[in-house]
Amino acid sequence: MKKILVVDDDPYILMSLEFLMKKNNYQVMIARNGTEAMDSINTLKPDLILLDIMMPDVDGYSICKHVKSKKELKNIHVVFVSAKTKEADIEKGYQLGASLYITKPFSTRDLMKKVNELLQ
Amino acid sequence: MNKAFIIVCSISYLLLLFAIAYWVEQRFKKSKKTLNKSWIYALSLAVYCTGWTYYGSVGRAVTNGPEFLSIYIGPSIMCALFVPLLRKLLRICKTQRINSIADLISTRYGKNYTLGIIVTLCCVIGIIPYIALQLKAISASFHIITNRNNIAVDIWNDETFIIAGILSIFIIIFGTRSVDASERHEGIVAAIAFESIVKLIAFLAVGIFVTYFLFDGFTSVSTAAHIAGFEQFFTLNKGFENNDWLVMILVSMLSVIFLPRQFQVSIVENTNERNIYKAMWLFPLYLFLINLFVLPIAMGGKLLLSNLVNADTYVLSLPLHFHQPILGLFVYIGGLSAASGMIIVETIALSTMLSNHLILPVIFSSKKIKIDNEKSTVRNIILSRRASIIAILLLACLYDKWIASSTSLVSIGLISMAAVAQFAPATIGGLYSKLITRQGAIASIIVGFSIWFFTIIIPSIITAGYLSPSIMTNGLWGIEWLKPQSLFGLNTMGLLAHSFFWSMLFNIVSLVLISILTSATRQEEYQAELFVNIYKYEGVTGGPGMWKTSAYLSDVNTLLSNFIGKNRADNLLNSYAQRHKISLDQKEADPRIIDFSEKILTGVIGSASARFLVSNIAKEEEISIDKVLSIVKESQQVLELNKELKKKSTELSKATEQLTEVNEQLMKIDVLKDEFLYTVTHELRTPLTSIRALSEILFDNPDIEEEQRQYYLEGIVKEIERLSHLITQVLNLERYESGRQKLNYSAVDIAALINEVIDSLHPLIREKNISIEFIPPDTMALLQCDKDMIRQVVYNLVANAIKFVPENDGSIKIICRADFDELQVWVMDNGKGIPVELRELIFDKFFQAKNQTIQKPTGSGLGLAICKRIVEMHQGRIFVEPISPQGAKFVFTLPNS
Repeated sequence: MKKILVVDDDPYILMSLEFLMKKNNYQVMIARNGTEAMDSINTLKPDLILLDIMMPDVDGYSICKHVKSKKELKNIHVVFVSAKTKEADIEKGYQLGASLYITKPFSTRDLMKKVNELLQ
Repeated sequence: MNKAFIIVCSISYLLLLFAIAYWVEQRFKKSKKTLNKSWIYALSLAVYCTGWTYYGSVGRAVTNGPEFLSIYIGPSIMCALFVPLLRKLLRICKTQRINSIADLISTRYGKNYTLGIIVTLCCVIGIIPYIALQLKAISASFHIITNRNNIAVDIWNDETFIIAGILSIFIIIFGTRSVDASERHEGIVAAIAFESIVKLIAFLAVGIFVTYFLFDGFTSVSTAAHIAGFEQFFTLNKGFENNDWLVMILVSMLSVIFLPRQFQVSIVENTNERNIYKAMWLFPLYLFLINLFVLPIAMGGKLLLSNLVNADTYVLSLPLHFHQPILGLFVYIGGLSAASGMIIVETIALSTMLSNHLILPVIFSSKKIKIDNEKSTVRNIILSRRASIIAILLLACLYDKWIASSTSLVSIGLISMAAVAQFAPATIGGLYSKLITRQGAIASIIVGFSIWFFTIIIPSIITAGYLSPSIMTNGLWGIEWLKPQSLFGLNTMGLLAHSFFWSMLFNIVSLVLISILTSATRQEEYQAELFVNIYKYEGVTGGPGMWKTSAYLSDVNTLLSNFIGKNRADNLLNSYAQRHKISLDQKEADPRIIDFSEKILTGVIGSASARFLVSNIAKEEEISIDKVLSIVKESQQVLELNKELKKKSTELSKATEQLTEVNEQLMKIDVLKDEFLYTVTHELRTPLTSIRALSEILFDNPDIEEEQRQYYLEGIVKEIERLSHLITQVLNLERYESGRQKLNYSAVDIAALINEVIDSLHPLIREKNISIEFIPPDTMALLQCDKDMIRQVVYNLVANAIKFVPENDGSIKIICRADFDELQVWVMDNGKGIPVELRELIFDKFFQAKNQTIQKPTGSGLGLAICKRIVEMHQGRIFVEPISPQGAKFVFTLPNS
């Protein structure tokens, strides 16, 4: 079973994503902020991270940078799920090595389809 | 002293002058900079002090006492008090490129040939004796210092010729280098300034020698003179009885402008109006210094030297008599300075006049001589100037030989001054009045000059024995009233005063009468306007001038090239055309180009000749006086229009500046607005995301557990509330900021309002299990304000406090205090407090959203911004302070009015 880490500081979004991933038979871990996310990544080594960008402590970009800079982590798919919709922000996400950048609000079906494709 | 030695010294000194002139000229050529010009200018004016001053003042003091001073008071008055006259004259001469007094008068009266010739002739007749006088001074001093004859001086001998010869070489070399006579002779002027210093120091040296070495100071000399009975030094006798002193002041005042050499140094060679301001005090100071020791020397000479010694030679004889050869030599050199300086400048000025007004017109109008070749033209001009220089000096030598035997140094100088004073009425009148005509000017100069000649020169010719003395005793043609020295029976005045009185009287009367009887030509009217109102036309140089003409540009260029060379002509025309945006591609020359070319030529050959030559190539249209005046007016209007345009353009650029500023501001606002919109949509996205995701899950999963469904639905509802709250806040803020929101004033009991808010927030307080305390003011505080808005402020602050205090331990304290002028509400909590650097920023819109390091917003991020806006709309203040041990104190104030 593939492992997915969901990172978001909004409880309802976190709840929704957790539900969706479970429903699609992934093993799901959640993190409510950047610090928690870092811990989970290092210890549990997920296959894919659904990553919010704007968080109070560590922002999503930094987490992505961290993941992509570590040899043992850099194969992890990073999928940004963010309310930041500016071209520059999306560009930055891909430059840091993200597999996908999904803007909020998103379609759950669409999101699932893309996540499934990535993990096949 | 040894004759050969003195000759060597004299020639060495002249060579030194050569060297200075040459050095300065080279320096000027290289760097376009000379020594301090205002000093040189002021010192060069001292060319006024000639050999006459140097030797003759003492002579005059011996006979007439302090009367000699009048000649120096005049120029001092002129320099110090008549600056506006000098400035105007200077401005006119510079704009019209006038290069001599003859040129000035001829230009003023329509660039008239006749006037130029008359003035030139008068100058030559009037000034030649004066130059002769200087030659005489040099040769006399030469004789004295070589001990050839210590007492009586043999007037004529070959030295005069030698001196004249050497000087003419000097003048030819440095005075006729460039054909443009309006160009300055930097080298010569510097040499003249140097000579002024030499003669001053030399004279002071003799003065100090006599006063402090032969005697024990001023008082000792004057006491000795007193005892010896030389009363003339102490009483204002002779000259004062017959009004000569007053006339001397007047004459010398005028001569400081009208003597050709003074005109040359003060106007033609002057480059800057500001130079006048230094000369204003420096020149009078110079005159004071050089006259300081005249009386002591005169007394000393009278006391110590034999009665046979000519008083005019005391300056030199005294040091020689007391065996001071070095001082004697120095004094001799000083005298040489004084005399040669005068000769040099006077000759340059006179030769320019002679050649421009007498010789060149003949050459140009003569059909035989072609003037279409550059080299031959320039050669002709320079040749004619050199011939003039030699002619002038030769004439001076001849005068010296035949006539100037009996008159003393001073009187010849005064005679020349009185001669040039005849130009004053026509010139000064022409500067200030447009009514004076050419005929008037001609009449005034001829009449005045003739009377001068008759009353002063004729008697000296008679004394020299060339005319029958019967004129003196019986009058001209035997008419009693026409006796040269008592015209119309007037015999109570001195020679000079008598001559000056009659000549000036008739001069002015003719000027006025003839001017009334005649009328000016259009050319004259035009010049008169330019002269009288010179300051009006500043900056209009090159405005449409008199030439309503058609001429071919190539002709103009050729003409100009002939006089100043092809390269210079091209350069001048091109730069002028560029400056005035005139195209040089057309066949026909622009009238302004013709006018400009005429001015250039004027500098070279004088105005009348220049006009003559230009009129040869240009067909002038007949234009009426109305047209001339309208042209003048037009250029005036152009000037005014220019000023107006300048003003308008500065206004415009100011407006542009303001517009740019506003634009920048707008752009900044625009950026802010964009940012705001982006932040708003960003903030909207979060609740929208939850709502959409939760809804889709519920939709796609009908089999979801009941409890979970309930929870998700609750989430949807909450997020929708958050969304609508956010939208309301955004709209509110937008309304407040745009100023569309009007305040709905009513008397509000603030304490009651705060209680209401606390009540409405009670569920939250209970949920978080925190304490809240409210201390109302002592008396009921009624305040005029918008109740709904102020409630919003209180609500936001209290809700914020609830949000940030810790659960269970949280405590909030609200204090309301009413001062006499304002009401304060404090909302204090024991939360984390606000870092000092953020105390201002937290009132910004969406501050939380942009600052990720603090807690994620649980509100819209607009609460404090709205509070701030509302309080400001009420003219209150809102701020935050820390409290100990921890927490924040939000304060807002409302004015009590």
